[in-house]
Amino acid sequence: MAARVRALEMILSEKGLIDPAAIDVIVDTYQNKVGPQNGARVVAKAWCDQTFADWLRSDATAAIASLGFTGRQGEHMRAVFNTPQTHNIVVCTLCSCYPWSVLGLPPVWYKSPPYRSRAVMDPRGVLEEFGVTLDKDIKIRFWDSTAELRYLVVPMRPAGSEEMSEDDLCTLVTRDSMIGTGLAELPR
Amino acid sequence: MNGAQDLGGKMGFGPVDPEVDEPVFHAEWEKRALGVSLCSGALGLWNIGESRHARESLHPADYYSPSYYEIWIKALEKLLIRHGCVTLEELETGKVQTAAADGLKPLQAEAVPAAIAGGGPCDRAIDAEAQFAVGDHVLVRNINPAGHTRIPTYAKGKTGVIEEVAGAFVFPDDNAHGRGENPQWLYRVVIEGRKLWGADTDDSLTVSIDAWESYLEPA
Repeated sequence: MAARVRALEMILSEKGLIDPAAIDVIVDTYQNKVGPQNGARVVAKAWCDQTFADWLRSDATAAIASLGFTGRQGEHMRAVFNTPQTHNIVVCTLCSCYPWSVLGLPPVWYKSPPYRSRAVMDPRGVLEEFGVTLDKDIKIRFWDSTAELRYLVVPMRPAGSEEMSEDDLCTLVTRDSMIGTGLAELPR
Repeated sequence: MNGAQDLGGKMGFGPVDPEVDEPVFHAEWEKRALGVSLCSGALGLWNIGESRHARESLHPADYYSPSYYEIWIKALEKLLIRHGCVTLEELETGKVQTAAADGLKPLQAEAVPAAIAGGGPCDRAIDAEAQFAVGDHVLVRNINPAGHTRIPTYAKGKTGVIEEVAGAFVFPDDNAHGRGENPQWLYRVVIEGRKLWGADTDDSLTVSIDAWESYLEPA
């Protein structure tokens, strides 16, 4: 596959259809600039600022854009809030739809058949493979991203984090907690 | 099409295997594959629906390949051939033999940040009124188009409740095949897990899909 991709890039570049320098910028963007740290900022702000949380609930695209996170695969955002009663999990059974603007590129497991096939049918079994066991009373809601809406899970703020600053709270918000296959970390 | 991509509820793929501290890319070629895919898409010759259909219409043996970027590259090659950007022979020999069509402008490095930040919104204003409202009970139609569609098979023939009227969006079933954007209202439909998977299912489970209006009828 490496040789095949190299040949393809060379052919397209020689024909003037792509600029290899543009590829470098794209790679740098998703390796260093756009990633789960964006989503963590959104969640931490929502935990600290009720007005922002309300905005996020009613117009996630605009609220997230106010923090500078816009664009590709985040054009139409929805934020879904975990509660003590309901745990939300996001999947794309049909391909690999994922909110790039806040989470970056999806992890391999998110795009792979085991998660995409089983998640919607056996959510508790799949969660256990992530080391997450939910109380039986907690309802599970799966969001299958079958259209162009992109979902960001807002995990519950962990106990013991009441005194933490927004910056410090960001460190508790894992990528998986914003997909729903994890929970926010407990403060150390 | 209900092809290899239509995975919800299928069995036999084994456990999920989350990787601890997973890197963004697992190999250098994956970086180039991402970049080549995005830069080729930026030529504007095809839309996201056509691109998704090129992936889902790969043979299942190709679709279930180890890296998702392999799916992207195999589909991209099909798109590039279809739109006259490359020939099969060029891909096989690695040697350029034909000139690209005039007027195609490559995405320049300095234009990348704006292109990523702008994205490609798919919502459209339409005159038609939404047929369904929040709280309505709807049936997900049991239709099996041979072309691109975004109805997951597991939801076909099932009833659910409209949770959100999400706006009007480009209709992928038409747009993927050059029949125009033909935007329709999009709804989020919540379906009980037991309706999807039977009485033995965890009754605390609900699943939502996002469905265009023509996928639905009143229940």
